[in-house]
Amino acid sequence: MAYSEKVLEHFKHPRNVGTLDKSKKTVGTGLVGAPECGDVMRLQIEVDPSSNQIVDAKFKTFGCGSAIASSSLATEWLKGKTIDEALSIDNMDIVEELALPPVKIHCSVLAEDAIKGAIKDYQEKNGIEITAKLATH
Amino acid sequence: MDNRLIYLDNNATTPTDPRVVDTMLPYFYQHPGNAASRNHPFGWTAEEAVDYAREQIANLISVESKEIIFTSGATESDNLALKGVFEMYRRKGNHIITLKTEHKAVLDSCGKIEKMGGEVTYLDVNYDGTVDLAKLEAAIKPSTILVSVMWANNETGVIQPMKEIGEICAKHGVLLMSDATQAVGKIPVNPKEVGVHLMAFSAHKMYGPKGVGALFVNRKKPRVKVTAQMDGGGHERGMRSGTLNVPGIVGFGKAAEIAGQEMAQDSERLSKLRDKLQKQLMDRLEEVYVNGNEGHRMPHVTNLSFKHVEGEGLMMTFNQNIAVSSGSACTSASLEPSYVLVALGLGDDLAHSSIRFSLGRFTTDEEIDYAVEALVKGVNHMRELSPIWEMYKEGIDLDSVIWAEH
Repeated sequence: MAYSEKVLEHFKHPRNVGTLDKSKKTVGTGLVGAPECGDVMRLQIEVDPSSNQIVDAKFKTFGCGSAIASSSLATEWLKGKTIDEALSIDNMDIVEELALPPVKIHCSVLAEDAIKGAIKDYQEKNGIEITAKLATH
Repeated sequence: MDNRLIYLDNNATTPTDPRVVDTMLPYFYQHPGNAASRNHPFGWTAEEAVDYAREQIANLISVESKEIIFTSGATESDNLALKGVFEMYRRKGNHIITLKTEHKAVLDSCGKIEKMGGEVTYLDVNYDGTVDLAKLEAAIKPSTILVSVMWANNETGVIQPMKEIGEICAKHGVLLMSDATQAVGKIPVNPKEVGVHLMAFSAHKMYGPKGVGALFVNRKKPRVKVTAQMDGGGHERGMRSGTLNVPGIVGFGKAAEIAGQEMAQDSERLSKLRDKLQKQLMDRLEEVYVNGNEGHRMPHVTNLSFKHVEGEGLMMTFNQNIAVSSGSACTSASLEPSYVLVALGLGDDLAHSSIRFSLGRFTTDEEIDYAVEALVKGVNHMRELSPIWEMYKEGIDLDSVIWAEH
């Protein structure tokens, strides 16, 4: 199977790889997937509480090239967005942007869930009403 | 960019040896005859060439040339052996025993046999991939007609104790069939010596062309017969109809001859290169595991799991230059990890992290050095990206984490 140019580009030069301090109140962490399933994504956001804006995003992913590209793209899209805007990211946007084949759609679902998981974690930590709903839970 | 291409996927297929190609070429245009045309020189030349190749192949595995049935490949040979025996011996019994780690050509043929009214036992294997002989013997019952065990496994390279299996089958008067696709031409294989009555193999795994294979069918003590699965002109002693692939068979014969001459030196050289590859990777990287029995393994194969790295992702770091394969689900259409590795008792996570390296006649020392560097770099890079590697490094017990499985 050949990969799209965009998947290859994100795979070769993944954006925003790393770890944010999860003990900080302004940081939300989403950890989705399972090692037995062959992919685990951890996506973290740092939110400016005054503006509700995501000021930083980092990821680490155990998985195939499409899973890595999906999470890399997600962090790129998240930066600068408000929580509400971030919640509107749909997995099909990722599928379209990366031209993922049908067998790799689950990678985009995982990325959407990781975004929602990170937002949910942030909202829980800060006693904010939870607006993030995960697709697979 | 580095343009080199290193082929370490010889269990998938081998390059056709140039000496084999040279032998085949005259049989496309100069000698175009049909080996079944009995009445003109074109046919005679083709028949002679086929007979000669049959001898070359029979010599390699120490059987009579009449015991070689040509097919389109090992998948067809597996189908013919299993379904052919089931149909031929059905009045004697309907039970077949095989292993969970067999090739799909065997497993799916058995699945079909079950639909045809057969009963199939799929045995678990030991943690090292070998058959449990006691379990095998215990599974034999009065209705058992056939045991099917592959000589060497395609994913792990593990070699089964064929002699011991043959003794058990002889003791109980049960036929023994072996898919020896990965073994013939690479290690000494002598079906008669170990009591194998039917044996499938193919040319393209031993530096011959694709599209041609063989089934060895024992002719004496016992005289084994299989019901043809392809109906037509009654070629190959009525067991496999269809015009013979003369150039392919000529190439198969030449490949067998070369294998007989060069097997010992090839396997000695390749086992050294394989050991070097495995040792360097295990010395330079943490948490690398060998899958399958290292003592009973094909000389050119190693299957390694790089913990907390996903196989397909890892391959993407170097697959512009190096060809290997992985038991990761992401490389299969089914999205399930390798059933062979899972049958060995490996957790799914280690199966997802596996890479199979299969060296070949044309693999060089320098290529192995290059591959080691690329693998070390790739694994380190992927671990930098891996959240579970980070958790492992922090001392978190990954088994205690409640994962959001999907």
